[in-house]
Amino acid sequence: MIHIIAFYLFAVMTVGSGAITILSRNPVHSVLWLILAFFNAAGLMVLAGAEFIAMLLVIVYVGAVAVLFLFVVMMLDIDFAELRAGFVRYFPLGALVAVVLLAEMVLGIGAYHAGGIQLGTPSGTASTAAGVSNTAAIGALLYSRYLFLFEAAGIILLVAMIGAIVLTHRQRGDTRGQKISKQNARRPDEATVNVKPEVGKGVTL
Amino acid sequence: MIGVEHYVVVSSILFVLGVLGIFLNRKNVIVVLMAIELILLSVNINLVAFSAFMGDLTGQIFAMFVLTVAAGEAATGLAILVIYFRGRGTIAVDDVNRMKG
Repeated sequence: MIHIIAFYLFAVMTVGSGAITILSRNPVHSVLWLILAFFNAAGLMVLAGAEFIAMLLVIVYVGAVAVLFLFVVMMLDIDFAELRAGFVRYFPLGALVAVVLLAEMVLGIGAYHAGGIQLGTPSGTASTAAGVSNTAAIGALLYSRYLFLFEAAGIILLVAMIGAIVLTHRQRGDTRGQKISKQNARRPDEATVNVKPEVGKGVTL
Repeated sequence: MIGVEHYVVVSSILFVLGVLGIFLNRKNVIVVLMAIELILLSVNINLVAFSAFMGDLTGQIFAMFVLTVAAGEAATGLAILVIYFRGRGTIAVDDVNRMKG
């Protein structure tokens, strides 16, 4: 019973906050509703028994991607009212496409529900073992069978990181950065000078 | 009892919301990127639900890879957005075809 209540709570919250994400007038609000949608989707995944992916979703999406979005939205000084100009014009077409797509999907799910389509059976090589936690099972599979894909994922992240840095990096002319070579080349005898000033007079440097 | 079809319905509604978001916010690239994130989230829910109900962990592994690609896509897309804004002072994508590398 509590399982069903929790499922419907998470499902309604996910769909609702997803809808507000795309309809919101202010992109900052959009990002915050997107974070709520991610949290509730993580709840759905916990209910399905996939704790590791749920925690990954919270850490990666909420901790990194959503904060990145928030940074960019707040850093750029944009007139958002102007950007919403086409909202009403595109609404009928978008709603039509959405309704058609949703009808097709629900039809397919109805066909499955009527018993016309059978789920396959797992091959056995990646089936969930009894008594092993979800995280341990994923780890055992990831570091053996999917090791090369895992490393390819790491390379994708590296390329994305380098790409983002190369794209946004620029040399600014109006800043005075530290010049380490110049600092290291400086010697005590050229940096200090010994003077004997007369009393009552200053020194010229 | 909650079956796999409940999860599939939630994920298809989220997918459709993402597509609708791309249609509605055509000028605002930031919200378009967020809509793409919603679509990838629905794909993840689908993968995880089938993986959990079939008792096969491959779906959860691939949900992880989808997560990786989504993070890389968001980082690169936002970087392109930042340099586009720096050059033109707006993020309206009407004349984005002038962007040449």
